[in-house]
Amino acid sequence: MANNITRRQALSATAAVLGAPAFVRQANAQSRFDWKRFAGERIEVTLQTSPRGLLLQRNNKEFEDLTGIRCGIEVVPEQQHRQKVIVEYASGRPSFDVAELSLHVNKRQVGKARWNTDIKALIADASITAPDFDFADFGAGMVEYATQSDGRMDSLPAFADYFILYYNKELLAAKNIAVPTTFDGMFEAAKTLTEPSRQIYGHVGRGLKNANVVLWSTYLLGTAQRDMINANRQLITDTDDAVWAGEMYKKFLRDVSPPGSIGFNWNECQTTFMQGRAAMWIDGIGFAAPLEDRQRSRVAGKVGYALVPKGRGASHHCCLFGAGYGIPEASRKKGPAWLYLQWALGKENQLRMLTSGAGVPARSSPFGNEAAIAASTFPREFFNTLNESAKIARAGLPEIVPVTQFRDVIGTALTNTISGSDVATELRRATAEFRPVLEQSERES
Amino acid sequence: MQQAETIAASPPGAQRTRNYARHYGWFIVPAAVVVLAVIIFPWIFTFYVSAHDWHLGGERRWVGFDNYIKLFSDSRFGGAMLRTLFYTVLAVVFPMILGLVAALAFNRKFPLRGLARTIFILPMMATPVAVALVWTMTFHPQLGVLNWLLAQVGLPPSMWVYSTSTVIPTLVMIEVWHWTPLVMLLILGGLASLPVDPYEAAKIDGANGWQAFRHITLPLLMPFIVVALIIRCIDALKAFDTIYVITQGGPGSASETINIFLYLQAFAFYNVGYASAVVVVFFIIILALAALLLWTRQRVKMT
Repeated sequence: MANNITRRQALSATAAVLGAPAFVRQANAQSRFDWKRFAGERIEVTLQTSPRGLLLQRNNKEFEDLTGIRCGIEVVPEQQHRQKVIVEYASGRPSFDVAELSLHVNKRQVGKARWNTDIKALIADASITAPDFDFADFGAGMVEYATQSDGRMDSLPAFADYFILYYNKELLAAKNIAVPTTFDGMFEAAKTLTEPSRQIYGHVGRGLKNANVVLWSTYLLGTAQRDMINANRQLITDTDDAVWAGEMYKKFLRDVSPPGSIGFNWNECQTTFMQGRAAMWIDGIGFAAPLEDRQRSRVAGKVGYALVPKGRGASHHCCLFGAGYGIPEASRKKGPAWLYLQWALGKENQLRMLTSGAGVPARSSPFGNEAAIAASTFPREFFNTLNESAKIARAGLPEIVPVTQFRDVIGTALTNTISGSDVATELRRATAEFRPVLEQSERES
Repeated sequence: MQQAETIAASPPGAQRTRNYARHYGWFIVPAAVVVLAVIIFPWIFTFYVSAHDWHLGGERRWVGFDNYIKLFSDSRFGGAMLRTLFYTVLAVVFPMILGLVAALAFNRKFPLRGLARTIFILPMMATPVAVALVWTMTFHPQLGVLNWLLAQVGLPPSMWVYSTSTVIPTLVMIEVWHWTPLVMLLILGGLASLPVDPYEAAKIDGANGWQAFRHITLPLLMPFIVVALIIRCIDALKAFDTIYVITQGGPGSASETINIFLYLQAFAFYNVGYASAVVVVFFIIILALAALLLWTRQRVKMT
């Protein structure tokens, strides 16, 4: 019998050879995660301008190479970003597939409108979740922070932002002043350090309305009251403790801060501190990176990091803020978007965030990576402060829908106190002004 | 007009064949659709929204004129109105005076006049946001160049935009720097078009320079000055970008003009219904002001 190959057999064999890679790929998909399943698709990501957002923007190609997904990424300044995202959500057809959300500002609003998809459902789907995603690695506190009251987690926690005390080691050492551990002690130290003739001030802090509320809440967290709304979700911003925090705010900003602080947001504070004109500054952890940048900062290598001092109450807290990344319910690219979240908030990127001083990752594993931390350009003191802050962190703003209006109204009152107005009067007026807004919002929620 | 008269004078039979409006009326449809879509509809919709209590992400509830009633009892809105008025008056008067003086100066012949004119109009070409960012750095109380300059001549530092008492005058200063060149250009154009005869006659009659300016130049320039005034008034009333970038309405609410108030209501508090009511009221104010200025212009023309 001749062993001649027929044309039919030859065609079948060729088809089998050509089709083999597909079968092999499918077979491998059972054993390892297929990051390329959405190759060729395109998603849009919108993030806030911050060291975190810029880090992801810089490494965007890594995601594109890993998944074959084209990723348009825009980075927008914080305030404009919040507005843009909300307006687009409200339109029903947002232009993005992944959006960063400031949990301390937009969490309840987004949750109430159910604009985002529940991330827990995606995590539970093993077919599109990488086996090494390891959700348990996310800190319990951050997961709780990102979870809505109805149990939905409509954003994946990305990072935390604690308020810490930055201090200029050189200025404190020159006057033999120890790092303060109470607000009263800090004020006394700031008074000693203030030398207007040399344009050196003991303290710099946010005076601009809206932005300044978080400095006041830093003082308030140090009282027995701690919060801005009570268990019945009523406003308590004109109590004795609130007034005490207001008085603290007023004397820090009026007596030991640079003239003009009334208009300072974090960027003016950063510039002043960076130029060595202020000895102490309480603000978010994310400013460590620019302060330690030798190209831009005159205090690089001289910055000390410490916990926010204690207040008059027995409790000791620092403000906690945070962000999560969500996928709009209206997105038609939920699969590719979920891959983006897994990459962006994966272990590697979260470690990058920590070691570059860009922020505090929501995952726990980066803190356990001793080798990476040791190799970081940031001092050990910085990481220790982060760890200690995590233990005393508490929400720095009330979890309410009209939080921006709250910041605006209370912030205006605080700003007025810098001009000399009476703290109790201002806080009473602001509380009376905002109370009906909150009550209406709570009725509608 | 002539065409209408021709049609009116024609016999009834001919009138039907020459009714151009009837035959070519369809040509205005595209323009009418565009006007309806981008001007009329947004206004009707804004007015409709202003009759609702609506926060983005929440339910929309019909409240009739409640937003307007609330608006007129809102002290913050009243404060914003007063600040807008104060800002507008300053930001109109100073550029008008300086622009007129500059136009008179640049109308004379002197060496390097072209170069001087070019340098003078440079601020006008800059983007408002870029201008605002540069000025923000300049105003910094400790690190800004302005206080450094004041110190060099022995003057005390100023708080510029970082003080409630100086913030509006400082913002007006930027507005003057930015927009005086526009006023100068408009008036300079008018000066170039003035006839020479009245000046020759005045010279023969023995009029001095001030008299020629007061009784010839100023009256003849008035239509151009009124045009510049209208443009400046509307520009100053709707000023937003510079103020927002530099102060965001602060310190406190010391520079919160109507536009900033409106922006906060719409895009910070997401209070869309209330913000729409502000838009409607603001639109009426601008409309009334524009009508008043146009009426003034007509009177100036007639006299």
